[in-house]
Amino acid sequence: MDKLKNTASGWAIEARGLEKSFGETRALRGIDLQISRGECLVVFGPNGAGKTTLLKVLSTLLKPSAGSVRINGWDIKENPVRVRNNISLAGHQTFLYDNLTVYENLEFYGKMYGVAHLEQRIREVAEWVQIEPRLHDRAGKLSRGMQQRASVARAVLHNPSILFLDEPEVGLDPHAGAIVKEVLSDINTGSRTVVMTTHNLARGLELADSVVILDRGRVVYSESRQAIGKADFQQVYDRCIKAGK
Amino acid sequence: MSTFLKIFAIFWKDMLTEFRTREIIISVLVFALLVLVIFSFAFSLGADEIETIAPGILWVALTFGGVIGLNRTFALEKENSRIEGLMLCPVSRAVIYWGKLAGSFTFMLVIAVIVTPIFLALFNLPVFLPRLALIIVLALTGFASIGTLFSALTVNTRARDIMLPILFLPFVVPVIIAAVKATGPVLTGGPWSDMLTWLQIIIAFDIIYLTASSLVFDFVVEE
Repeated sequence: MDKLKNTASGWAIEARGLEKSFGETRALRGIDLQISRGECLVVFGPNGAGKTTLLKVLSTLLKPSAGSVRINGWDIKENPVRVRNNISLAGHQTFLYDNLTVYENLEFYGKMYGVAHLEQRIREVAEWVQIEPRLHDRAGKLSRGMQQRASVARAVLHNPSILFLDEPEVGLDPHAGAIVKEVLSDINTGSRTVVMTTHNLARGLELADSVVILDRGRVVYSESRQAIGKADFQQVYDRCIKAGK
Repeated sequence: MSTFLKIFAIFWKDMLTEFRTREIIISVLVFALLVLVIFSFAFSLGADEIETIAPGILWVALTFGGVIGLNRTFALEKENSRIEGLMLCPVSRAVIYWGKLAGSFTFMLVIAVIVTPIFLALFNLPVFLPRLALIIVLALTGFASIGTLFSALTVNTRARDIMLPILFLPFVVPVIIAAVKATGPVLTGGPWSDMLTWLQIIIAFDIIYLTASSLVFDFVVEE
């Protein structure tokens, strides 16, 4: 029922005047975002732009210093547990326990999310990310690419309607990166809303329905994918970042 | 029921990890046994000194060994940012606290089950002492309840290994003193009435620490 909660505005994610400070450092400065259901928003930006902080605030890991965020209509400050039922986060950190097998890791997270028919669901997601043959290997013994696939399986295990991906390709070799890209393309189909951060402009554009460039905690560019020319996006990106300096 | 299952899931995950690595049990056990052996050589206790000195030896071994174990409670979650995976789960922070507490308590209990008979044997005391078991269970409840909170509090500090005992021991001292005082009469076969007040103190601290820790845990783990 939680996942079906709708809003008057109909946005999957709605952030208004979002600010986040760490002491004197202002990591996010008045971010406004409205993301539709099923949309894939790709967030670009240089290191320190606030991409990871943005995802952490949206996913309830950090509390905003000011402003508001609603996820599927739920305010993240007032209903964090309900919000967490609707979302998931996968990033360059896999959140897997090295000394547990992939199956045990998925079983643990599945129980925490109260996933029904857990064993069957684990088999489904394992097959989908092509990790089934390694399901009973310890997570710490897997290659980085395999771990990342297991991490994606963990993230989608409870079938979240919103998925946050924080640079999911970091540290992967080209082959592992290609497999993860395939998996991410599959995630992007259907009604799931995806917010992804990446430094890889070409790959990000392939997946995106809309694009945001962050710089020093501000949105400096926001456009739908159709309005962006793939060839000159690098120039647009460079111009936005240069203009901020 | 669902909340209990989630607490159990955290507990079982910690058990499984420890069973595979034996990081906590081995290090704490070695430390506690060393303490007992050193004290058994340092003191040759007569019947008069048993009540005053022996309880202190047992509780020094369990307390300082326990601190080593508590240091690892949240260190496991810190590695690979697993704590974020745990915090993303749709459960209240209190569920995480109770799951971790159950793990810490069980580790401590396993250590006590091994160390206590060795302690009793080394000091020529009767090995079957059900009242001592009761004291240990109650004191370790208080120890683990406040220890789990401080373990979460210090996990992000740079000098975690030093900070935990500095912050934690002053809080747990009332429980340890009461446990030492309650253990004395048990070792010499004294009556229940001699230890009753101390048991009540331990139970009172258990209730205070369990309640306060599960309430403030949310603030400790946020950011």
